[in-house]
Amino acid sequence: MNSVFVYIEIEDGQVAEVSMELMTKGRALATELKVKLEAIAIGYKLDGIEKDIFPYGVDVLHIADDKRLAPYSTLPHNAIVVKLFQEEKPQIALMGASSVGRDLGPRVSSALHSGLTADCTSLVIGDHEDKKADKVYENLLYQIRPAFGGNIIATIINPDCRPQMATVREGVMKKEILDPAYKGKINKLDVSKYTTDLDFVVEMIERHMEKSKVNIKGAGIIVAGGYGVGSKENFDLLFELAEVLGGEVGASRAAVDSGYISHDRQIGQTGTTVRPKLYIACGISGQIQHRAGMEESAQIIAINTDPEAPINSIADYVITGDVAEILPKMIKFYKANTK
Amino acid sequence: MKGYKIIVLAKQVPDTRNVGKDAMKADGTVNRAALPAIFNPEDLNALEQALRIKDNFPGTTITLLTMGPGRAAEIIREGLFRGADDGILLTDRAFAGSDTLATSYAIAQTLKKHGNYDIIIAGRQAIDGDTAQVGPQVAEKLGIPQITYAEEIQAIEKGKVTVKRRLERGIEVVKCPMPLVVTVNSSAPDCRARNAKLIMKYKHAKTISEMQEANDDYLHLYSDRPYLTIKEWTVQNIEVDMNELGLTGSPTKVKKVENVVLQSKGAKVITSSDEDMDQLMRELIESHTIG
Repeated sequence: MNSVFVYIEIEDGQVAEVSMELMTKGRALATELKVKLEAIAIGYKLDGIEKDIFPYGVDVLHIADDKRLAPYSTLPHNAIVVKLFQEEKPQIALMGASSVGRDLGPRVSSALHSGLTADCTSLVIGDHEDKKADKVYENLLYQIRPAFGGNIIATIINPDCRPQMATVREGVMKKEILDPAYKGKINKLDVSKYTTDLDFVVEMIERHMEKSKVNIKGAGIIVAGGYGVGSKENFDLLFELAEVLGGEVGASRAAVDSGYISHDRQIGQTGTTVRPKLYIACGISGQIQHRAGMEESAQIIAINTDPEAPINSIADYVITGDVAEILPKMIKFYKANTK
Repeated sequence: MKGYKIIVLAKQVPDTRNVGKDAMKADGTVNRAALPAIFNPEDLNALEQALRIKDNFPGTTITLLTMGPGRAAEIIREGLFRGADDGILLTDRAFAGSDTLATSYAIAQTLKKHGNYDIIIAGRQAIDGDTAQVGPQVAEKLGIPQITYAEEIQAIEKGKVTVKRRLERGIEVVKCPMPLVVTVNSSAPDCRARNAKLIMKYKHAKTISEMQEANDDYLHLYSDRPYLTIKEWTVQNIEVDMNELGLTGSPTKVKKVENVVLQSKGAKVITSSDEDMDQLMRELIESHTIG
């Protein structure tokens, strides 16, 4: 039977977080479908990389190792993945919804004429009945994502084309090691058979990558601001509260798009997914794309001038009022009630 | 100095950032009529990059290509007001229901027909779908390289384009031979404003369909000033396999669409009074949520 494939993203010789999460999800899907989980790692000096891949339950690891394959570049990675998929015919292929996966995925899907759904928030196996064609499809991948500004949740399927491709943001799926001693097979690819010189026409002139300075994913307390915060200056209040509580500052897309705060703090479907013990949503209306990234927070406090804001429906505490008035009070009362 | 032939891919999108309460119909479907139609924001960033090339390389021409319903001609006019030279509206009922792959096919076939391009520039993604797929898929179908997440086209020399990319954790500068597809991030400079002279020049620019509905007083303009005719292309103008278009040509199908219904989990509603705030902080400290 046709396998489930995960494209492994490599950062500085390490398996990316999102790829570990996707291997975990891929393992669950493969087990449910009773097929193998396979992975493809493309890069340079990948000796030993399998130690970080097999424990997630990968049965076959394909490796393409060549100096010219790192750092990631579209054309050679695309050429290898397309040819390998033509040979192996996976039924499902998963990639991170990162700047790598969102660059590679569409190109691969176009070359294979297969459907790709971006930024999925849930992946489920299910059946589909096409009444017009009087045809029943079993065990399709339901690719579920918010759409249209978050007003709807769409379930997308690819009934006829393979592989069924999906990208998923980091943090959306949970990563879990299946068995530290799990043993799969390695298949080393002859890179010269998968690429041509034409795949290497794009030259890397400069590259500066940093470890993210912001760690909202790991924060226990998040003070997040939306468009309703109103200005860059008002965000200072959020930073002050976060500092006092020992938390981090996050933001909705509307706040990021308005230039109030940097993109690396964006929470939601097109940002980071977080699960802190306390989430304080300030001036965030709570479109589904934002909620998708924070609704698993243990406790949610919503501060909003609009008593009908969607965020209120998932909140534990709703404070109707102005952020600029309420945050200083929280800071003051916290300071007064501790130590 | 010889200029370059640039195509800007743009899309008219519903402004999903300003969704009001009437944006959803009672049956749970989207009320598109209630949403203003705008020039997709990152496509404006893309247009600015094209205009900067035109500033630096006299003789450069910018053609704006959009696929959509008749009213999408509005964004071609927006492009002309900002400095684009001409536009093509690709419009046909056969495109209805296209997913990104069928859309890319139609656009790629149009570009093959049009030919004559050095650089194709598009926004990274459109705000109504956020997929970021059409740019790379068009590049694949044309068999040319793609540079995504671009923030600045820094230089063009000896047939190669130097592009700075903005990624999650940093930047890359890459050099790529032409022709190529570049997709531009919102972190790139905003598009310049409309130019008053260009508004005067192009305010009557129309597609054939729009002319047929227009006031007769202006019709003489179109024979005198050919630049006022916005090209309107249908499947008749490009070579296509009809099976690759619209719903039939789309591998992805929408199985189900659910309206987002919120069920309150019964929040404690409090005021911003000193007493309520004090009580809240005490509860959070006692439950060890904070402190």
